[in-house]
Amino acid sequence: MVRLVAFLVGLFFSGMLLLGLGDTVITAIKEPAVPTVEAAFHEETLPVSFAHDGPLGKYDRGQLQRGLKVYSEVCAACHSLKLVSFRDFAALGYNEDQVKALAKAWKTEVPSINPETGEPATRPAIPADKIPAPFANEVAARAANNNALPPDLSLITKAREGGPAYVYSLLLGYRDQAGYKNEEGKELLKEFPEAATPAGLHFNPWFANLNIAMAAPLAADDQVTYDDGTKATKAQMAKDVSAFLTWAAEPKMENRKSAGWAALGFLLVFTVLAWMSYKTIWADKKH
Amino acid sequence: MSFPWAQEYKPQGTVSKWVDERLPLPRLVYNAVGAGYPVPRNLNYFWNFGVLAGVALVIQIVTGIVLAMHYYASVDGAFNSVEHIMRDVNSGWFVRYAHMNGASFFFIVVYIHIFRGLFYGSYKAPREMIWLLGVTIFLLMMATAFMGYVLPWGQMSFWGAQVITGFFSAIPLVGEPLRQLLLGGFAPDQAALNRFFSLHYLLPFVIAGVIILHIWALHIPGSSNPTGVSIKGEQDTVPFHPYYTAKDGFGLGIFLIFFVAVTFFAPNMLGHPDNYIPANPLSTPAHIVPEWYFLPFYAILKAFTVDFGIPFTGIIIIPAKLMGVLAMFGSILLLFFLPWLDTSPVRSGHYRPLFRKFFWYGLIPSLVVLTYCGGKPPYTQWVVLSQLAAAYYFAHFLIILPIVSRIERPLPLPNSITESVTGKPLPAAA
Repeated sequence: MVRLVAFLVGLFFSGMLLLGLGDTVITAIKEPAVPTVEAAFHEETLPVSFAHDGPLGKYDRGQLQRGLKVYSEVCAACHSLKLVSFRDFAALGYNEDQVKALAKAWKTEVPSINPETGEPATRPAIPADKIPAPFANEVAARAANNNALPPDLSLITKAREGGPAYVYSLLLGYRDQAGYKNEEGKELLKEFPEAATPAGLHFNPWFANLNIAMAAPLAADDQVTYDDGTKATKAQMAKDVSAFLTWAAEPKMENRKSAGWAALGFLLVFTVLAWMSYKTIWADKKH
Repeated sequence: MSFPWAQEYKPQGTVSKWVDERLPLPRLVYNAVGAGYPVPRNLNYFWNFGVLAGVALVIQIVTGIVLAMHYYASVDGAFNSVEHIMRDVNSGWFVRYAHMNGASFFFIVVYIHIFRGLFYGSYKAPREMIWLLGVTIFLLMMATAFMGYVLPWGQMSFWGAQVITGFFSAIPLVGEPLRQLLLGGFAPDQAALNRFFSLHYLLPFVIAGVIILHIWALHIPGSSNPTGVSIKGEQDTVPFHPYYTAKDGFGLGIFLIFFVAVTFFAPNMLGHPDNYIPANPLSTPAHIVPEWYFLPFYAILKAFTVDFGIPFTGIIIIPAKLMGVLAMFGSILLLFFLPWLDTSPVRSGHYRPLFRKFFWYGLIPSLVVLTYCGGKPPYTQWVVLSQLAAAYYFAHFLIILPIVSRIERPLPLPNSITESVTGKPLPAAA
C-alpha cells in the first residue's frame, strides 16, 4: 500500500515536472528571452589588490588615514557612517589627542539639546560619538539628492558583491555613454537605443542597472591633499577610500586573522596527537 | 545493554559507588558513549559524522546563548545590535562568526551523516526508528536555521521570512489567515521577530531532546556498519571507548580545522551580501535566495511551473504554486517512508550493484544540480535543469528504489564483520 501510494505520488510529481519542462522549453522557443542591457553591459569589478587581502593581510595604516581624508572631505557630504565612532579611529594609528581633534573639527555637529532651554541644538563631536550623519533624516537626504538616498557606508564593502573592489570600480567607473562600447566592441546606444541614461542619473557600467544617481564623486586628481605627500590621483583616492571602508565594515579583521592562525596552530597539534593516539589504540585491531 | 559481552560499569571509589546506587548517571554515560557500548570494528570515517553533528549543535548552543545576551530583538535595533556584537562586544565578532558559520557546518556534517545512512541502508530494520527520529531532527534544524537567519533583520532576513511564510498562503481557503496568524501581522514585523527569536532559542533544546531519543534508539540494535552485516559475536565489536572516542577525536580535529579556516579567514563566504543591508520592506532585493543549505528545496519549489487541472476546460485543481509548496515539503517528508520503500534485505550499497548506480549517477548529481540551480535567477536553462533534477529526485525515492529492491541481484555478503576485515576485502565503491 505504501509503495502503491508512493508510486502514484512519484508519478504525479515527476510527471508534472516533466510537463513543466516541456512548457518551459516551448515558452522559451516561442518567446525567447529578450536580452537586457544590464546583462550585456554590466561590468565585473576592476582588478585591484589591497594590503589587507589574504589570510596574512593587514591594513595599511597610512592608506586608511588617506582613505579617511577622502571620506571626510568627499563622501561625508552625503553618506553617513553610522556604525563607526570617532574613538575607533585610534585603530588607524591616531593618538588620543588626534582623535579628539578629529572629532571636534568634524564638519557636521552632533544633534543635542540646549542645556538651558531644552531647544534642539548641536554640539561639537567627542571621541565617544558615532560619526554624525550629514542629513538629519531620510527625507532631508532625499530632498538634497534629487530624491535618491545615499546609502550608509559603514558596511558597504560587505553589503556588495565584490566588496572593496566593487567600491573602487564604481568610483572609477563613470563613462560617457555616447559611443560607449563594451569589451566585445558592442556599442550600447546602438544595441539598446532606449537605454539612454535618464536626466539626473549618471552612466556607470559597474552599477547594477548602469545608471546611478550619484555624480562622479572623484572628479579630478588632487581633489584632496594627502598629508603624507602621496600623489592624489583618482585611482589612488578610490583605492584609499575603498580600503578605509573595508576597515569601517570589518574593524576586527586583524584580530580575526591572528586568532585564526593561533587556532589553526593549536588544532594542528591537537589533530596530530589525536591521530597518533588513534593509531596507537587501534594498533592491535584490524579494521 | 544491547550485547551480552558489553563491559559492565564498575564504580571504583566510594563516591562513585554512592552516586551509582542513587543516580546511575555515570553508568548511563558509560553504556552510551563509553566502554560499555560495543561497536562494529569496521566503521569507516563516514561514521564520524554523527558525533560531529552533536559537537556542531553544542557549538551552536554555546555561541547562541552568548549572542542572546547582547542581541536585541527589535525591528529598529536588531541589525545594529548584531553590529554592536561585531564591533564593541569583547570577541563578539568571533562568537557571531562562529555561530553564523557553525550553522553551515552543522548542515554540512548532517548532510554527510544522512547520505551515509542512505548509502549504507542505515534506515532499514531494525533501525527504522533511528531514521524517523533523524528526519525529525533534520526538520527541526531547518526550522531553527530559517528563524535564526531572520534575527539579524537584514534584507535577506526580511525577504526570506516574507517568502517562506508566503508558502502558507498557497494553502486554499485558510492560507492567508493562517499566514497572518503565524506572523502576527500582515507582513514580517515586530511580532514575527519576537516569536522567531523565542522559537529560535527553544528549538535547539528540542533538537537536543530528540537527539537523546535518536541515540537511545541507536543503542537498542547497536550501530550499523559498512558491510551492513549484523554483529555475530564479540570478535565483531570493539568498545566505543577508547576505540571510537580516539577515532572521533581525530575526526573532530579535522572538522575543526575546516570550521576554523572558514570562520576566521572567509567568514562571509557562505552568506549573502544583501544581509548586511538593514531590512527595508519597501525595497525588494533583485534575487531573494535562501542560505545554501536550503537551495535544493528552493529549486524544487520553483521547478513547478504548470497548474494541474482538467485540460482544455481551464479548471485548475492544484495551482503550480501550491504544488511547489507541497512538493518541497514532500521532498523531505518522503524520507519518513524510506524504510518501507526500499525493501531490499541487503543494507549496504556496497553489495547492491544497481542501487549503487542510481545513488552515485542519479541521486547525488540531481541534488548537486538542484543546489546549484536553487541559487540562480529563473532563466530558462536553470529552470529546465532543476525540473529535470527534481523529477529524478522524486522518481528516485518513490519509483526507482522500490523497483530496484525487487529486481536487483545483490552481491554475496561476507559471512561476518570479522571476516570482512581480516579476509576478503570489500568491493570498491563504484
